[in-house]
Amino acid sequence: MTMTSLYEEVTQVPDGVPTRRVTITVNGQKRTVDVEPRLLLAHLIRQGLKLTGTHTGCDTTNCGACTVLFDGRPIKSCTMLAVQADGHKVETVEGMGTASELHPIQEGFKEEHGLQCGFCTPGMMLAAKALLEKNPNPTEDEVRWALSGNLCRCTGYQNIVKAVLWAADKMRDQQA
Amino acid sequence: MALDELKIGGMGASRRRVEDNRFIRGKGQYVDDIVLPGMLHMEILRSPVAHARIKSIDTSAAWEVPGVRLVMTGDTMAARNLAWMPTLSYDTQAVLATDKVRFQGQEVAAVIADDPYIAKDAASKIIVEYEQLPAIVNPMQAQDPNSPLIRDDKENQTNNKVFDWEIGDKSATDRAFADADVVSKIQLHYPRSHPSPMETCGSIADFDRATGKLTVYMTSQAPHIVRAAVAMVAELPEHMIRIVSPDLGGGFGNKVPIYPGYVISILASILTEHPVKWVEDKSSNLISTGFGRDVYLQGELALRKDGKILGMRMHTVSDHGAFFADAQPTKFKIGLMHSTFACYDVPAAHLTSEGWYTNKAPGGVAYRCSFRVTEAMFFQERMIHAAADDLGMDQAEFRRVNLVKDDMFPYRTAFGFLTDSGQYQKCLDLGLEAIGYSTFAQEQEEARKRGKLLGLGISTMTEPLGAGNSREYDIIGIKMFDSAELRVHMTGKAILRTGAKTQGQGHETTWAQIVAHELGIPADDIVVEEGDTDTAPFGMGTYASRSTPVAGAAVAMVARKIRAKARKIAAHLLEVSEEDIEWELGRFYVRGNQERGVTIQDCALAAYSNVPDGMEPGLENNAYYDPPNLTWPFAAYICKVEIDPETGVWDVLQFVAVDDCGVRINPLIVEGQIMGGLTEAYAMASMQYITFDEEGNCIGSNYMDYLLPTAWETPGFELYEVVTPCPHHPIGAKGIGECATVGGPAAFVNAVMNALKHTGVRNVDMPLMPNRVYEALQTGKDVSGMPPVKAG
Repeated sequence: MTMTSLYEEVTQVPDGVPTRRVTITVNGQKRTVDVEPRLLLAHLIRQGLKLTGTHTGCDTTNCGACTVLFDGRPIKSCTMLAVQADGHKVETVEGMGTASELHPIQEGFKEEHGLQCGFCTPGMMLAAKALLEKNPNPTEDEVRWALSGNLCRCTGYQNIVKAVLWAADKMRDQQA
Repeated sequence: MALDELKIGGMGASRRRVEDNRFIRGKGQYVDDIVLPGMLHMEILRSPVAHARIKSIDTSAAWEVPGVRLVMTGDTMAARNLAWMPTLSYDTQAVLATDKVRFQGQEVAAVIADDPYIAKDAASKIIVEYEQLPAIVNPMQAQDPNSPLIRDDKENQTNNKVFDWEIGDKSATDRAFADADVVSKIQLHYPRSHPSPMETCGSIADFDRATGKLTVYMTSQAPHIVRAAVAMVAELPEHMIRIVSPDLGGGFGNKVPIYPGYVISILASILTEHPVKWVEDKSSNLISTGFGRDVYLQGELALRKDGKILGMRMHTVSDHGAFFADAQPTKFKIGLMHSTFACYDVPAAHLTSEGWYTNKAPGGVAYRCSFRVTEAMFFQERMIHAAADDLGMDQAEFRRVNLVKDDMFPYRTAFGFLTDSGQYQKCLDLGLEAIGYSTFAQEQEEARKRGKLLGLGISTMTEPLGAGNSREYDIIGIKMFDSAELRVHMTGKAILRTGAKTQGQGHETTWAQIVAHELGIPADDIVVEEGDTDTAPFGMGTYASRSTPVAGAAVAMVARKIRAKARKIAAHLLEVSEEDIEWELGRFYVRGNQERGVTIQDCALAAYSNVPDGMEPGLENNAYYDPPNLTWPFAAYICKVEIDPETGVWDVLQFVAVDDCGVRINPLIVEGQIMGGLTEAYAMASMQYITFDEEGNCIGSNYMDYLLPTAWETPGFELYEVVTPCPHHPIGAKGIGECATVGGPAAFVNAVMNALKHTGVRNVDMPLMPNRVYEALQTGKDVSGMPPVKAG
């Protein structure tokens, strides 16, 4: 793996401010970066790694727009330090599908009109992905509970829930 | 043969959204995603106190932080005559405070640095000395003659009043009350709330010294208004200003006003000669940007014994915060509050209204609302509910007696609006049937035996959507029309631009459907662009559910202009006179010989390769649409709740929404708008409000204190439709974006009140948190959300 110093891009740290070198596997690719210890994971992902699909909404772990999968578990990247991710795996929305082939959850969100402004969507989809990996056949209530850490102001959630159930169906069909 | 409209993604197709293709891949481009070369970052230092004189500001320590490029205070702005800016309601607002701070969270200084973390660090090193003044946190305090004067910056301002306003016929209303058998009264507080889109506000200002051009990427629902305002405030020539509103993470009215942060970032870019990015955090968004509501409503109905409403009287007191900074049409100080009771046949009505300054963030923005119709409809439906109870009449029957009947249109309301269409009774009846109204009493009785209280609440309303017409509606003098520009390329593909700005409503999908409907060009062959003032035609933006009524109409009209030219080209290609040409979707043919025809695509190619003698080549045009009237959708929202009397917790058992928004362009998107709106209605009814303590500290400055419903609490909604086409809109459509937010809250509250009816409780103010409901059950008394009155 190439050693990429993203020092310049992540934060213009003045001389004398210590940095830490961290290696994080992001969407299957190992990335090594020098970061200021206080840098938030969300900011590393957005500014340093230029993966702007992860959004920062509330800064207080409430809204879930910054949700990423951390070793497969949904976490709020706005309140985790980048250094805490050293040696771990992070998955963002950019890792869900490819430009030509969508993940069934992405398809479901489009098919069921599960998004409007799109700001909460990446976090919602990742929270849904974590759910469906554990529970491929969830009930509506299980979907609602699993998404209760992610706020949406546009949709009223009903279509988001339908989108996740649509994806669950499709993923089970693919398994069968 | 004519095309199948649904197959080409025309009107009525539940076309899947085009914009989703980028959003589901994380490829949307919101302001904070944009990075320009050499871009600096701005942090704003905000006032920790609600009302204080600024004694001194010491920025020296901030300047010393490595990486800091510029520190700005009110003096920096004042030196360029930018310390104050005009608002969209003929008031002024401080950009960076020079004399006093007037609300907690007000902008006091700004730091521009190489990195956002450095900017934050440096901002924390600015020392501001405040001499604290008593804070005024509600309009009752503001009225006290001994209260301090908040706006001592304004000449001739001797008290804290913003405005007095009056409309209607007072003497006719007085007579109606004199003739009444029964007078029913109600007093309500619609608490302060925040639209709180998921994305906060922000901007990137990029002033290019070489060309003199200023480009600002910003979170604006109305980029052209911003361009005009910047031209006036910053005294930059309008053609040298480009405002770009990229993808917006929701707006709901929060992104209509022009905020100090935008202006500061513009000056910062001019001074540093670098692009400057400002993106506020959630707390800043919640404490300093446009709030909604915060209105005290009281009124009464004059009633005949048989249930007929004879007259309505209403008085409102609104809290506008420190600056009157929301947008309202010039003629209507309290917006469209006087649309109250527009769906009922009320012979006489009178409304008085006053607005007051307080030491709170500028409020009164239209939060998913056409200029305060939300408060109007909430008052109306709570009043109707109380009046029916006072008369001992059935809720549905009382509405039936008073709703405007189908054969009464066009109907002139007591306040002068002209409602033009609707099937109110049909909508109500459909909703009642869906919720099982006829068996509800029995259901309620059975629930009582289980120890549960059931309640059913109805809310029926029409509201004025789609401002203008330009005779009556303007923002700071700019008339409210809208525009569309359509270019059909030679292969029959097209680009459409409008003066509106989507924030999740799906314009990129639905505008193409209107063009497909008018021209038969498949929607997939049309790209839609909005939000860039250098390329989009002038428009007033997207808010107040005005996109489809105004810009959407302009889309249809420009497509018709294109079709008119294509018809001439078709005549030329078919070698017949224009009068002998017939149109069917996507195709012109010779009258009497349907086989002989040319497609719209044939005409497009000919427009660039084979035009008749004397015709300009090309196939493009624009249209400015000034609507003859507002559009009047109707909704019947009916809610069934169950209360656990031991806790005061209430659950929604069923919610039925019947919406008549005229012709639906894309049913899937319309339903999405309704469900989203109902959720905001549920939010306001159940949990979402912002209060202030006696010192003016905002309680609700983050999502731990300001509660928004999640997927877990939000109930499911059953949607039904009735279609009464708008008689004046080119495609028969009416506004829909905000109907559910406007009409929804009263359905929830009325349902809870219905469940409490046996206790004698007439009103519990929103939000109906379990403790309030429990208190009402225990005491049998109303629960008011009004603050205790205390002099400042």
